[in-house]
Amino acid sequence: MSVQAATQSAFRAVVARPGQALVGLGVALFLAAFLIIPVITVMIAAFQPKGGTGFTLVNFQDFFATDLFRRSFWNSLYVSAMSVLVATVLALPLAYFTTRFDFRGAVIVQTMGVIPLIMPPFAGAVAMQLLFGRNGTVNLLLDDWFGFKIPFMEGLNGVVFVEALHYFPLILINLSTALRNIDRAMEEAAQNLGCSGFRLFRRIVFPLAMPGYVAGASLVFIKVFDDLATPLLLNVKDLLAPQAYLRITSVGLADPMGYVISVVLIVASLVAMYLSLLALKGKDYATVQRGGGGLAKRTMTRGDAVLAYGVIGLILVLTLAPHIGLLLLSFSTIWSFSPLPDGYTIAHYVQVFSDSGQYIVNTVLYAGLAALIDVIIGTAIAYLVLRAGVPGAKWLDYAATAALAVPGVVLGIGYLRTYFGVTLPSGQSLAAFWGMIVLALAIRRLPLALRACTAALQQVSASLEEAAESLGATKARTVRRIVLPLMTGGLAAGFVTSFATAAVELSATMMLVQSSEDAPLAYGLYVFMQSPAGRGAGAALGIIAVVIVGICTYISNRIVDGDMAAKAGAH
Amino acid sequence: MILTRRLVTAALVALPMSAFAQAPTGKLTIVTSFSKDVTGPFKAAFEKAYPGTTVDVQNRNTNAGVKFVEETKANNAVDLFWASAPDAFEVLKVKGLLEAYKAKAEGVPEKIGQFPIHDPEGFYSGFAVSGYGIMWNTRYVAAQKLPEPKEWQDLATAPYFDHVTMAAPSRSGTTHLTIEAILQTGGWDKGWDIVKGFSGNLRAVTDRSFGVPDAVNSGQVGYGIVIDFFGFSAQGAGFPVKFVYPSLSTIVPANIAVVKNAPNAPAAKAFIDFMLSEAGQAVLFDPKIRRLPVRTASYDKAPDGLPNPFKFPWVSNAKFDVDKSEKRFAPVDALYDQLITFQHDALKAATKAIHEADAAIAKKPNAEASKLVAEARALVAAMPVTEAEAASAEIVGAFKGGSAKEKAPRQAELEQKWATFAKEKYAAALAKAEAAVKAAK
Repeated sequence: MSVQAATQSAFRAVVARPGQALVGLGVALFLAAFLIIPVITVMIAAFQPKGGTGFTLVNFQDFFATDLFRRSFWNSLYVSAMSVLVATVLALPLAYFTTRFDFRGAVIVQTMGVIPLIMPPFAGAVAMQLLFGRNGTVNLLLDDWFGFKIPFMEGLNGVVFVEALHYFPLILINLSTALRNIDRAMEEAAQNLGCSGFRLFRRIVFPLAMPGYVAGASLVFIKVFDDLATPLLLNVKDLLAPQAYLRITSVGLADPMGYVISVVLIVASLVAMYLSLLALKGKDYATVQRGGGGLAKRTMTRGDAVLAYGVIGLILVLTLAPHIGLLLLSFSTIWSFSPLPDGYTIAHYVQVFSDSGQYIVNTVLYAGLAALIDVIIGTAIAYLVLRAGVPGAKWLDYAATAALAVPGVVLGIGYLRTYFGVTLPSGQSLAAFWGMIVLALAIRRLPLALRACTAALQQVSASLEEAAESLGATKARTVRRIVLPLMTGGLAAGFVTSFATAAVELSATMMLVQSSEDAPLAYGLYVFMQSPAGRGAGAALGIIAVVIVGICTYISNRIVDGDMAAKAGAH
Repeated sequence: MILTRRLVTAALVALPMSAFAQAPTGKLTIVTSFSKDVTGPFKAAFEKAYPGTTVDVQNRNTNAGVKFVEETKANNAVDLFWASAPDAFEVLKVKGLLEAYKAKAEGVPEKIGQFPIHDPEGFYSGFAVSGYGIMWNTRYVAAQKLPEPKEWQDLATAPYFDHVTMAAPSRSGTTHLTIEAILQTGGWDKGWDIVKGFSGNLRAVTDRSFGVPDAVNSGQVGYGIVIDFFGFSAQGAGFPVKFVYPSLSTIVPANIAVVKNAPNAPAAKAFIDFMLSEAGQAVLFDPKIRRLPVRTASYDKAPDGLPNPFKFPWVSNAKFDVDKSEKRFAPVDALYDQLITFQHDALKAATKAIHEADAAIAKKPNAEASKLVAEARALVAAMPVTEAEAASAEIVGAFKGGSAKEKAPRQAELEQKWATFAKEKYAAALAKAEAAVKAAK
């Protein structure tokens, strides 16, 4: 196709669907204003000679000439790939048992499965060390009883261990949603043809849930690739994200290498995303018949049930251990070099409740609004990419995904640089307005919601929409009455992941909080965790964050479950 | 419209002037790296002393605070910048983001040892002093039957291997000053020998100053190289820790400064005056703060266990050349990172082998083995640049950037060169030390 023809067909596409083009334009403007422009104002340093102006690629040449950076690159790849593997092992049984079987407490398990995603900054790290560290509870007991220790939190494999525990819910949430959306008829057909057991799972069920799994796995990969909190907690610095962070956040003159590494991170994340899209290419995962309520739920035999509960219990204990540690820490007086705290007190909670109420209100407000924005924008992008013929829609997807690799500090500085000069009618600077914190959180968590929305839409067959349209419904009405209801599960999954992770986000917030009344909980936690006496109070605040997110997750899981049951009932 | 704006501007200009004559009022915004434990008591005391003022404290880590003040200078809403690290104030001063103010305070000496307490040009004022030292977890040390240290060199000996932690000097202004003090007092080569000696025993180099007391308090690591109040306030909170000042330490001030174009400059200046007054200095003795006042008379009322650094015998002798330190600030950080932080596994392996060789020789003396160990030590201590080179225009320029010369090396090139140098030397040292172990057997 010639360039001219391509332009013509693009033009025709826009003229044919002005509404979609308008939505696309709106999303593009949003991304440009709150992601691309602020980030470019900061990242431009990567392409300039140090302390000077003009354009140069010499910094990239230096990047590839430095052993440390090359080593960091390979280490980052290794850690990310291994984390996906371990996270899959943790997520698969939880997702499978709770969606395929008549499983008591499935909603509770699903909710508990999300909790590991909420690792409050600093407090979570201290709790992890107190449990799994070199002189943590587990190792002190092992040393006492058997005379050896296990280096859970040492080196690259320690990073893999902690990252997998932390991020496996991303796979769990997306995979469960996908499993719930599989048409029962597919499974029945396979069974009629004599397929059963593991073969049924391997050949029919899992392949049909592929969009959800790939969405989760690619998120885990990119999140781990770009994560700096965990490696820094474990003092592992030979990874790309910590290298970028250490250089960007040093006092004094800016070192372009930090921004160069950030550019490399963004490119690597996009490549990973592209590869995951390739893996799904050319296959159709949509099922036409809906309302079957997902896979047939079957009852387990007594033996199977014992086994299933055993496996799930074991996984939950392991993955929730950091939070159990956090809970202990929040009630402890002094906890130092001993398996358990010296004593217990509720003083920390009293302290936190007396002066941190505002933090809690702010957190729910900010994270809730951010997650809402994410689901709306995420659905819009997913729809434009998968359904509408609007040219360039894919680039919206790539741009939004790139946000995952943008370090929070970079986004924060970018907002200050771009918007501090703009004043609101009240005379306040736009960057000082609390809404900017919401936008920063929304941009940082958009990739998570976007993947969930995309996976949900991939499982809805386009022929359902065609049917609605041929019956006379307008495009907007079709989306509202057909597409969105069918995507409920995916939207809820997107909302939960965005909300849960936004509630404990700190790095961008730290730059943008302008007064303590506007501060969210994560910031309050940071304030506490900077002094020895504040450790317990910080942990208490962390527990409150976990509980808030847990309640919200539970409610949204109930809604999805109720929704499924209602559909199945109507069937 | 223009007229009203002028009126408003005139009113805004006039307001602080008239307020200055009376007591300061209104909102005072402070950006600080200090925790709530430190800021809370000061906020309460100041608001009580000056009714009608409200103090709004914004907690940010030092770097985020510096960046924030820098990025928002066009429409500045911050009155005071309050932090520990002297380098952060230097950065702000050089960028013209601070306003000079000479505090009205009595009884504060000009210098502690060689270190000026207030900025000589008057851009920031010291309100407390701190020294660096070693803190340790007494339960950890008792359980592992480890000794109690007195000097930096103690930390380099075999029993301490893998039991010590420290923040990277590039991440912590105060750690940087500790390293610099060792380099200045011990001399460039001897100083680096000491620094690499105990760095080889480090369990890890952390990226956050507070990560060090955190690890010691929770018993993950035995010893930490920390600023004194981390040790004192951990004791105050009830943790089983002890703290000691080695004799090669340095005492440095923690500072506060008025930000340029402060919206409420009168209150900001009043806050500094208050901090340096008798009442303000007494707040430092709060058990959760435990910092050392700059007003010498305040020590008469100091709580038990809090030392008077003005009386330390080594303080007056300690040499500290501020200009020298400033000039080679970035190269020293980068040298530490490239030779130690990012080559830590190799350095640790060599250090461990040297400890083993020492033990073998102690059991069975052997001249050849002793010679090999000495060579291994020399290889570890070797430096890629001399003292003069580190402060040369070429190297300093590479870190500053904006160099006009095309041929000048870039920071990334220097770092790669230093890293390669360290890797080769440590590998050679490991081989020598292993040979020494064999020879002594």
